Amino acid sequence: MQSTPVVQVNNLNLYYGLTQALFNINLSFERNKATALIGPSGCGKSTFLRTLNRMNDLIPGVQIQGDIEVNGKNIYHSDTDIVHLRKNVGMVFQRPNPFPMSIYDNVAYGLRIHGLKDRKKMDQVVEQSLQKAALWNEVKDRLHTPAKGLSGGQQQRLVIARVLAVEPEIILMDEPTSALDPISTASVEELIQELKQNYTVIIVTHNMQQAARASDYTTFFLNGEVVEYGATDLLFTSPKNKRTEDYITGRFG
Amino acid sequence: MSARLSFHEELEKLHQNLLKMGTMVEEAIHLSVKSLADRNEDLALQVIHHDDEIDGLYLDLEKECFRLIALQQPMAGDLRRIATVLKVVTDLERMADHAVSIAKATVRLKNEQYVKPLIDIPKMAGLAQSMVRDALKAYIDQDLPKCYQIGKEDHQVDALYKEIYNELIGIMKEKPDTVNQGTQFLFVAHYLERIGDHATNLAEWVIYLVTGKLEELND
Repeated sequence: MQSTPVVQVNNLNLYYGLTQALFNINLSFERNKATALIGPSGCGKSTFLRTLNRMNDLIPGVQIQGDIEVNGKNIYHSDTDIVHLRKNVGMVFQRPNPFPMSIYDNVAYGLRIHGLKDRKKMDQVVEQSLQKAALWNEVKDRLHTPAKGLSGGQQQRLVIARVLAVEPEIILMDEPTSALDPISTASVEELIQELKQNYTVIIVTHNMQQAARASDYTTFFLNGEVVEYGATDLLFTSPKNKRTEDYITGRFG
Repeated sequence: MSARLSFHEELEKLHQNLLKMGTMVEEAIHLSVKSLADRNEDLALQVIHHDDEIDGLYLDLEKECFRLIALQQPMAGDLRRIATVLKVVTDLERMADHAVSIAKATVRLKNEQYVKPLIDIPKMAGLAQSMVRDALKAYIDQDLPKCYQIGKEDHQVDALYKEIYNELIGIMKEKPDTVNQGTQFLFVAHYLERIGDHATNLAEWVIYLVTGKLEELND
């Protein structure tokens, strides 16, 4: 890879109790690029994604070996501030999960947690975040209405705005469009193209066309291992590994 | 076991239809040159009429490729297979058109005494034909060395074309009353040279199918 990676994963192994779920993963993620993680269910791609902001810490019995560096710092080091890590490495989930409060308060939530009190500054960040999430024009006249009143696609963009409000560097997305209709899916994919100009995006998707459309690099996971990593256009036209070819052409098994 | 069995069956059908078209085109080239050498007008007319069938197959194959791209969103090897068919049918269709043009030359020359026995043109035709046959075989067997061999054979066809061209120009200069016939033979040689180029394209598409790389064999 050409530039210094923003995330560098070295010899990562992960166990759920006695079961090993990730095997010796070595990957690096380039700044301001979108990388897709693909693979069949249970291949470890979501588990891997969650190691990048230590979401797996919440699961009992998880054991992790190896290291993950974000900007050259091992996030599994004992002095890591996990709240700060999750602010810097934000996450968007499969189902939109707006909080049961207004649109405005959803976006402001993280800022309040981090102690911002200045009302004017708050208005400014809320607007900017909604702008960046391509939602501002649709909600600017009803910022104080409940977020649950938005459509699924709008809710997902609201969640993205909420992540952006705390100024992350890296955005993790775990099947962000699997609960959305095609139009909302297209707008989220379009948003990914916008976002990667300022952020590094890592996205888990079951939809191979989505990986092909929305990402610069693609990683194929199988049985907890990385089988192939490469530029998306090459991986989907001429994969190097037979198992990648079999998976993406549906000849699997 | 394929998770996309019906799609892969459709791809197989596409492959079979391409081979069918390829065989028909190879036959058309063979018969058109034979009609010229044997001065057989009936054979020439047969080639001309038969071209509609080739054109029909060409359109069907093209439509089928677009349909599969739209409905199946093919990836990797499947995508390269469909892209290859889409490009190869164009080359095959052009070759068939050249065969028709050669057959038409036979019809135009039916009442003329040839100024000299045809030697180099059938030789060139034999080479061009075997290139087409080899390209189809290379497609079936995904045979890369054969593709590079075809690239080399195209140089021989080009060299023969130059020889025939110079010879015919010489004859026409000496005997201006042979210009009509000489021009027809010049065209025929040109069509055969083009057929060689299209066969080379076929070989290039087979290389793409197998490796994903786009290469020029005759630069």
